[in-house]
Amino acid sequence: MKLSIKAVALGAALLLAPLTARAVGEATTYPEVHFSFDGIFGSFDRAAAQRGLQVYKEVCSTCHSMHLLSYRNLVDLGLTPEQAGAVAASFTVTDGPNDEGAMFERPGRLADRFRRPYPNDNAARASNNGALPPDLSVITKAREGGAEYIHALLTGFRDPPPGFVMGSGMNYNAYFPGHQIAMPNILNPDQVAYGDQTPATVDQMARDVATFLTWAAEPELEQRRAMGVKIILFLIVLAGLTYALKRKIWADLH
Amino acid sequence: MGIGLHNSEFKNPVIRWVDQRLPVFTMMQKEYGTFPTPKNFNYFWNFGALAMVTLMVMILTGVFLAMNYTAHTSMAFDSVERIMRDVNYGWLLRYIHMNGASMFFIVVYTHIFRGMYYGSYKAPRELLWMTGVVIFLLMMATAFMGYVLPWGQMSFWGATVITNLFSAFPIIGDSIVTWLWGGFSVDNPTLNRFFSLHYLLPFVIAGVVFLHIAALHITGSNNPLGVEPKGPQDTIPFHPYYTIKDSFGLVIYFVVFAVLVFFIPNYLGHPDNYIPANPLVTPPHIVPEWYFLPFYAILRAVPDKLGGVLMMFGSIALLFVLPWLDGSPVRSMRFRPLARPFFLLWVVAVVVLGYVGGKPAEEPFVTISRFAAAYYFAYFLVILPLLARIERPLPLPESISRPVLRGGGPLPAGAAAKPMEKA
Repeated sequence: MKLSIKAVALGAALLLAPLTARAVGEATTYPEVHFSFDGIFGSFDRAAAQRGLQVYKEVCSTCHSMHLLSYRNLVDLGLTPEQAGAVAASFTVTDGPNDEGAMFERPGRLADRFRRPYPNDNAARASNNGALPPDLSVITKAREGGAEYIHALLTGFRDPPPGFVMGSGMNYNAYFPGHQIAMPNILNPDQVAYGDQTPATVDQMARDVATFLTWAAEPELEQRRAMGVKIILFLIVLAGLTYALKRKIWADLH
Repeated sequence: MGIGLHNSEFKNPVIRWVDQRLPVFTMMQKEYGTFPTPKNFNYFWNFGALAMVTLMVMILTGVFLAMNYTAHTSMAFDSVERIMRDVNYGWLLRYIHMNGASMFFIVVYTHIFRGMYYGSYKAPRELLWMTGVVIFLLMMATAFMGYVLPWGQMSFWGATVITNLFSAFPIIGDSIVTWLWGGFSVDNPTLNRFFSLHYLLPFVIAGVVFLHIAALHITGSNNPLGVEPKGPQDTIPFHPYYTIKDSFGLVIYFVVFAVLVFFIPNYLGHPDNYIPANPLVTPPHIVPEWYFLPFYAILRAVPDKLGGVLMMFGSIALLFVLPWLDGSPVRSMRFRPLARPFFLLWVVAVVVLGYVGGKPAEEPFVTISRFAAAYYFAYFLVILPLLARIERPLPLPESISRPVLRGGGPLPAGAAAKPMEKA
């Protein structure tokens, strides 16, 4: 009887949270895709993330900013400081004002934030049929489904089903909420030429870019999980010792 | 001992010198050392200590987060992400603080459940209970304002929805909302004052916690039997018995906490709050954090806006007067064969309310929420007062010692008399 009460109480406390937190999420299923960072011990596949960076750099960054990242962060992705510096230098950034009070352009440096493709949101909308390409810095944390959703979205462009009325300039996507997305199907086979000879299929590029974006959103993920394993192991040992001590102290009471 | 000095029993000369002038050591020894505590606590009695520790964790992490946070609509979101990326262990601080809020509510809800199941609110512990409800209210206000600070979409729209509730009040409603906002919409002045209050209220909570504990140490703790200790054979000193029992519970609690923080830090949050606030784009579903969902469901169960707001506030106001709604002299539900199932059903109703509160306001969830909300109120206003008249409780044990000791009889001499030697 006592146990059943505890079960009800703890069940209520612990179940309430996840049930309700997930309650609102739409029950969309995305194509099955395995990522290196899945599971509690997963880590980032550096090669995939670097290929994803290449896709972002050559394709996505035309419209999408990632303003929370700096080029120096790419060192965490396995690039040498020289390589990261070369990535930075491939972008032209606006700096200033200089001593004469004028803005000027210069090659990017490690300390710079990722260059924004548009000077402001209105310019971005003006160039994109009124739609604002979202910043991608934390996109996998900001979408239900995370990396799986990104992969599904990028591979989900289809012809609209018969009878589906499309808005002007919109594209049909199987996984976008409402199915009408302003972004065109941007990934085509061999869109980028991977340095490591990986075949640049649409699925491969989508997975690589999803890996890169997950790293960008949660750069602390590997450190966090490694620390978590150590802390939980420590706490379990500590719990055993504490319980033994508790038994010893209480021994003569029972 | 000089005139005007406290009569200290401590032998260490330094401690003794301080204690004679400022008897904090005597006080700690009295309140946390020898404090006589019923010997039959189960693990539900850990949750007060867990709440205390969580409050300290929240204040500590919060102080360091505030050093790196910028309370401005144009910078708040990015400053939080800078904490996650560029501040040393900033991600750890923030994830502890973020999930700590959820853990705090899990602990406090369990603590409230404990109090309701074992009748801890009954005489003479009415004020102890009421200070607890005040803490709960302050926690809700603090958590709500804290959730606004990252200035994501849910922050902004949650703040808009909740502050707009006050506009339901006739005549003065709109003025109250403008006053809360510091303007004519949720904007920078709102964010600024929420940050200020979010930093202030935890210290108010700490003050009320002090009152809560002061009241507790006058009446002493309730226990699973709901029978007052009859003498020293029924109690044990707080230290070492309950310090070690609380320590064990605390370590287990930290394991659960760590799983959340290190492996699923965003599980209890909402993805929309990683989208910067945009007053021009309303999210498809605006939902509060999970710990507010039961009350949110009550709010939405009523078709009338003012009615819903009053019911929502009323659902918490009822807790204040619970000691007078429940007239039964028997505390523990173990001895209340009728009240026990009705109370457990009330718990189920709260869980159901929490579930439908996270669902869109459509059928069948609206109807479910109405039944659950109706039962929530009926339990307090009809069932409890009625049961006090008609329920025949089971026979109460004579004392705590009898059912606890195997074979009954008094405690062997000396077992509880010198507990300090084992520490």
